[in-house]
Amino acid sequence: MYFRLFWSFFKIGAFTLGGGYAMIPLFQREVVDKKKWLKEPEFLEMLAIAQSSPGPIALNTAIFVGYKTKGVMGSLMAGLGIALPSFTAILLIVYFFTDFKDQPGVERVFKGIRPAVVALIVAPLWKMSRAAELSWKTVWVPLGVILLIARAGISPVYIILGTILTALCTAFWKHRSLKPAGGEEK
Amino acid sequence: MIYWQLFVTFLKIGALGFGGGYAMLSLIQFEVVERHQWISAAGFTDIVAISQTTPGPIAFNTATYIGYTAAGNAWGSLLATVAVCIPAFIIMLAICRFFFIFKDNPYMRRTLDFIKPVAIGLIGAAAVMLMNRQNFTDYISFVIFCTVLVMQLFFKKISPIVLILLAGIAGYFLY
Repeated sequence: MYFRLFWSFFKIGAFTLGGGYAMIPLFQREVVDKKKWLKEPEFLEMLAIAQSSPGPIALNTAIFVGYKTKGVMGSLMAGLGIALPSFTAILLIVYFFTDFKDQPGVERVFKGIRPAVVALIVAPLWKMSRAAELSWKTVWVPLGVILLIARAGISPVYIILGTILTALCTAFWKHRSLKPAGGEEK
Repeated sequence: MIYWQLFVTFLKIGALGFGGGYAMLSLIQFEVVERHQWISAAGFTDIVAISQTTPGPIAFNTATYIGYTAAGNAWGSLLATVAVCIPAFIIMLAICRFFFIFKDNPYMRRTLDFIKPVAIGLIGAAAVMLMNRQNFTDYISFVIFCTVLVMQLFFKKISPIVLILLAGIAGYFLY
């Protein structure tokens, strides 16, 4: 059983390029349809948790499914399965890439790729803004975050911690039904 | 001590990497490029490209790659990758065990509501930090940038991997 957990997640880890959301349909097929480790509603609930807690979604999913089927050891095996393929692949690449990176042909290829990568990062912003229902009132939050990090040089660590703290404080005030003073939002 | 720095840095990235994927980029980039200067901005962009074309989440790929380049051996890779996984294990196991506390918890829900618009800003910041002279050397860079952006926005069926490969081919012949 431990090996079956490891092997299922190893396969998913090895055959999904790009990571993240590309992996979700594969998880569903393997975990719900084929192995029946989780039922469909359980899977959707798990997905919501995996997306909302920190860390890669794929790893969070593996830990959850592993724990549900075989406890802590199960989650370790599933986590190892999901991490091992990418670890091996990158180790091989970094081992050989450092040798041939400085060849002029390779440098030309990467000169073309770099602006394309920036475009790929920019592309989902529009769709995400729609999904988060940004309005003219709230659009200054992401804009402020961009300015604070990219211009003022403030670490995202403080911004994320500040956001969590603000959320907890305002939730606390609301809970206590005191005046909703609203902490300073970063 | 480089191993200790690697461990703490990737532990932090694992613990605060909300939103997955691109939302973690600015956090990773700020730590490894700006703060510790383990890699240049162009080098970091290359890692993102590599991680889009290899299996696994970006956080894993960066940890393995930076761990190797910063420490100079595979032990650095292993340490950084394990460090990035540890917070996820602790948090997910806690959630699994105390699911009833977290389910529909008003504090948790509010935190997630607050994180959402911030995550968009985090991705935007990653993009802004990567728009520099190292990645945009001349007008050809801008042409590639605009072409890929338009293709990604209007032809959603095209995989990012294909776009990266095409941009690589274009770079090879145009430079």
